[in-house]
Amino acid sequence: MASLDDLKKRISSVKSTQKITKAMKMVAAAKLRRAQENAEKGRPYSEKMNNIILNLSNGISDKENAPKLLVGTGEEKTHLCVVMTSDRGLCGGFNTNIIKKSKQYFQKILKENKILKIITVGSKGYDQLKRQYKENIIEKISFKDSKNINYFDADKVGKIIIDRFKKKEFDVCAIFYNKFKNVITQIPQEQQIIPLKSNEEKDTSSDSNYEFEPEEDEILSNLLPKNISTQIFKAMLENSASEQGSRMSAMDNATRNAGEMVDKLTIQYNRSRQAAITKELIEIISGAESL
Amino acid sequence: MSEEFKVEIVNPEKSFLYKENVTEVVIPAFEGEMGILKDHISIISFLKPGIIKVYSKSEENKYFVEDGIVEFKDNSLSILTSSIYNMSDLDRNKIDQIVKEAEKESNADNIDDQKRYLIDQKVEVLKNLSLN
Repeated sequence: MASLDDLKKRISSVKSTQKITKAMKMVAAAKLRRAQENAEKGRPYSEKMNNIILNLSNGISDKENAPKLLVGTGEEKTHLCVVMTSDRGLCGGFNTNIIKKSKQYFQKILKENKILKIITVGSKGYDQLKRQYKENIIEKISFKDSKNINYFDADKVGKIIIDRFKKKEFDVCAIFYNKFKNVITQIPQEQQIIPLKSNEEKDTSSDSNYEFEPEEDEILSNLLPKNISTQIFKAMLENSASEQGSRMSAMDNATRNAGEMVDKLTIQYNRSRQAAITKELIEIISGAESL
Repeated sequence: MSEEFKVEIVNPEKSFLYKENVTEVVIPAFEGEMGILKDHISIISFLKPGIIKVYSKSEENKYFVEDGIVEFKDNSLSILTSSIYNMSDLDRNKIDQIVKEAEKESNADNIDDQKRYLIDQKVEVLKNLSLN
């Protein structure tokens, strides 16, 4: 049985841990509000962009000469996966969920004897993937230094991807991130960005009679790279909201667990204190009796 | 009938402007300035650096954009842009700063002609601005 002193020390150490987790929870809650706002504000842009591209690609007649970014290279040999995670830990299952989802995809690809290439965004993803897939990782990107998520960072990632695509380093590109649903639910997502896959079937055939200035294919070839950056930016926004949400609920749990532990330890401490007093009393009484 | 339609300007971070009662919007489209009134034909076009003018019955707002995409459909105009400034927020210092950055970029060797054209366009627009 632990001595009274040991118990006292443990109680105080659990209490100080609780203080830390509580503070982290508060910080995450404050950041979450902002991140959530940003994610919601960012949605119209990427949705509009997607709509325009869908309208355009529906209207395009010459499928043969359509930009490669839209229709792909015609092969599916090499897959590039962009795994987007956070730079900081202590956020519950946030990173693990993305990694799990992407590992499933990796295994599927490797089983089909295709070539796998990985770009990690955020240092936690690299840490978790380097053990198993070290030789597949071709680049790791981290935005530890930038305080807020901004479009320029997303654009950088987008440019890297497009550069590599132009050098014919891969045929298919997918990004992995967590979609923010609410504070306790984040859904790991897999989204294919090259070639562009539209989620909805063509239902807007009637309003594809747009006028274009300049030509359709020129617009498309300009728009597609932008769309990739936009999709990545959207993923980054969703990710940051998810990260804060996930951290908040993880830290909330941790605080509650610490509280329970403190209660348990306090009871144990009081009991053993009582036992020690009783023992001393018995000793004194039996000593007095024997006289 | 009213002559009004709605316009929405979005940039990646947020919805920048949303108005339902504009009467005319002038945009710096890729092949020249373009004025859009109600019931314009559906169109998709690019922006080059320039001034967007938004007119409504009571007021007139001006914005400086560097690039973007325009879509007009069913009397709603969407402008997607990654860099937009409200003209009333711009002062001479800020304009000078943007011009300087653009000129630096234009002097770099590794850019193609189209990009250089766009940058020069931007500098020209901004310089004309700072005159008046």
